[in-house]
Amino acid sequence: MLQGAVTSRPVRGVGALTLAIGLLVTNVSVLGARPAARPAAAQAPQARDQRLYPALQREPGDPEVIARGQAVYGISCRACHGLDLRGGDLGGPNLLRSQLVLKDDGGDLMGPVIRDGQSGAGDSSMPPQNLSDEDLDAVVEYIHDILGTASRQGGPPPGEEVELDILVGDATAGQTYFADRCASCHSPTGDLQGIGARVESPKELQDTWVRGGARNAERPPITVTVTRPSGEPVSGTLERLNDFLVVLTEDDGRHRSFTRRGDTPRVEVDDPMAAHREMLPLYGDADIHNVTAYLVTLQ
Amino acid sequence: MTATLATHRPKPPRCVTALAAALLFAPIASSAQPGGLDPASLVAPLEDSWPTYSGDYSGRRYSKLAQVTTDNVHQLTLAWTRTLDSGMPALEGNNAPDFIGGEGTGDFTIGSQRIKGSILQVGDLLYVTAPDHVWALDVRDGGERWHYFWKTRGGPHIGNRGVAIWHDSVIFETVDNYLVSLDATTGEERWHTEIASFEEQYFSTMAPIVVGDHLLVGTGNDLDAPGFLQSFDPATGELQWKFYTVPMTEQDAGIETWPSLDAAMHGGGQVWVPGSYDPETNYYIFGTGNPTPGYTGVARLGDNLFTCTLIAVDVETGEMAWYFQTSPHDTHDWDSAQTPILIDGVIDGVPRKLVSTAARNGYFFTIDRVTGEHIVTTRYGATSNWASHIRESGSPNPHPAKEAIIPGSLVSPVEGGVANWQPPAFSPDTGLFYTQENNGFNLLYLTDPDPRGSMGLGGKDRVTVGSGGNALSAIDYRTGETTWRHVWPVGGGGGAGVLTTAGGLVFTGDGSGNFVAFDAADGDLLWNTRIGNISNAPQTYLIDGRQHVLVASGQQLFAFVMY
Repeated sequence: MLQGAVTSRPVRGVGALTLAIGLLVTNVSVLGARPAARPAAAQAPQARDQRLYPALQREPGDPEVIARGQAVYGISCRACHGLDLRGGDLGGPNLLRSQLVLKDDGGDLMGPVIRDGQSGAGDSSMPPQNLSDEDLDAVVEYIHDILGTASRQGGPPPGEEVELDILVGDATAGQTYFADRCASCHSPTGDLQGIGARVESPKELQDTWVRGGARNAERPPITVTVTRPSGEPVSGTLERLNDFLVVLTEDDGRHRSFTRRGDTPRVEVDDPMAAHREMLPLYGDADIHNVTAYLVTLQ
Repeated sequence: MTATLATHRPKPPRCVTALAAALLFAPIASSAQPGGLDPASLVAPLEDSWPTYSGDYSGRRYSKLAQVTTDNVHQLTLAWTRTLDSGMPALEGNNAPDFIGGEGTGDFTIGSQRIKGSILQVGDLLYVTAPDHVWALDVRDGGERWHYFWKTRGGPHIGNRGVAIWHDSVIFETVDNYLVSLDATTGEERWHTEIASFEEQYFSTMAPIVVGDHLLVGTGNDLDAPGFLQSFDPATGELQWKFYTVPMTEQDAGIETWPSLDAAMHGGGQVWVPGSYDPETNYYIFGTGNPTPGYTGVARLGDNLFTCTLIAVDVETGEMAWYFQTSPHDTHDWDSAQTPILIDGVIDGVPRKLVSTAARNGYFFTIDRVTGEHIVTTRYGATSNWASHIRESGSPNPHPAKEAIIPGSLVSPVEGGVANWQPPAFSPDTGLFYTQENNGFNLLYLTDPDPRGSMGLGGKDRVTVGSGGNALSAIDYRTGETTWRHVWPVGGGGGAGVLTTAGGLVFTGDGSGNFVAFDAADGDLLWNTRIGNISNAPQTYLIDGRQHVLVASGQQLFAFVMY
């Protein structure tokens, strides 16, 4: 929710996690080439006292107790609350976002509910669980341990990687679309030869072609021509452009800058990426899926 | 929807200071403080000073000051600049803050943080915040009068929107969910009280809003927790009422828009940006955040009231007077929390009491602020592509194909939205509503197709693929049509809020390192100064008879003056 308000400056000590958040939101990008955030799990481990919330700051429990708790959970809790604690077919609520679980301290809130059950809460009632004190403590420890692995921004623990097939498009239709809209700049036997083999993941391939290049790829230079009312045009590689200034590097490496005031001097920009940007409002999702299906065939 | 009266007192206020450890357990007798800023004065239209978040209650950010005009804005001169060290301070020694509070150990370190809120100006002082920091600075040179620091327990330090001033108290929210009251003159803490559960992963950024003897306080949360607005006694921190933005019982209004009470109670709708206040009706009008889980709506089918909704509550009782949902069943993390603007206008020849808002989802709305009757809906985000149509009610209808899907959907805007917390402005002279307009695109993939939905903002992958161009837009509140629109050169936009003045000006940032001024009537670009990207909304006030303009860029403040 507060996403758009996140600072793009990494916060010292909150380190990797905040950096990931920062990258996520620098979305007003020049060419849309910002790297996407990596899952929190891929980040370097973080000092416990620098983590954001109590559930994550908690000291890890005894592995043996946690293992016992996991076994108890599997027997007594899993059917209702799910293998991953996120709720199950029998109507048990998601424990990882449960206000009671989050506020629990060593079983002070969970204990009575597990032992005595709970009636009429929301959609379901929980029957009492006949657990020994040791098993009850163990299952509480296990639940806290899982809570401590949650992803950033309220996401669940990473879990196992799920293979999802994004290739739903029609390659033939994609080829037709490509011929109509892309072939003036790109060729399946030229710059895109073997693109389906060069970019292994269809998702990465789709991201790449819609964006107009790989995530961290160097963009082709933008050229600019500046023409003053009383002078020869000056051309070069665009360095900076805003409403007040245009900065360029001439072919011989000379640095030039010009004050802008309205339409003076005349500034003509030739941005090879402009065509990709201009296509963005025009694509239908089916067009995108079809073109991806086609490009995958360019092995 | 219920407003429950408080049944318990918050825990006893405590005062912790670095300089006076002896006071650690001293009881603090809090009572109404005479003098200082009279809350009644906040109903006056914005002019000489800046005593509340939006300058006045209307949310217009329109100042009656007119020394700086379209003719002379190019003569604005830098009066002073001041860089604030908003990182982790030394907690002891000469450079330590004057007062240190907080329930944390001091081990959670914070880095330098940008100033992203309103700076209140009352008398000879400016009150500036960054997360965990409050400074009082001399209005004439930015010199430090006092500095208060809060030792946090953690939480995402993403921004703080500023303080509230009630008589001679300065009151602010901490990331780890405390409301802290300081002596406005000395910076010494009077009390603090917990406003939301840190264990449930609430975090707080909002600038509290004073209305009489009420202090309106919102919080944030990303982990599927219910949103609420609370009213506290500004003298004592005692809870007066709490208004939940989602149903919390089977009897609450809006329950029919959720598949289950469990879904509703985890449904979000956080209140994290200040709203506006209408003294004639005593309504506080504010927007609510997105429903949760944010991107996977499968387990919360329905409109999800009262998330992404413009709401009017009676300040005395906390009861809802009316609502209008600006984004039913959002699945893109597009809050409708933006500060709404109260407009006394004319529609079809009839004088009307109105409220307008430019929502994060790219749609602009004008509503009757007395009745909640819908008047205008238009799309102001040039490339916003997620709605199938406008419902008869005036709410845009979400297209299911534009949710996160496994093969990816191309969605505009991006997560940050067409607009975000950055305040818009409205000039009664031009009848125009000024807002930044950001038109990014992303490919949105569903990565967690679990029929139970994901949690929080999980379950998706967002890949930014480009921009349809960003702009500053001036919207006619009567029709929702864009009267003028300044497209920023590629790479510009975003980031800055807006100020407009009776001098016929609109001030904002261009996202390319410039602080800029436009002619409010036609969008002619009149002035710029390259001080870095603007991180808050510009403000203006009168000192020694001269109009000043104050703005923040990162950690640095710049005060301009017209001689």
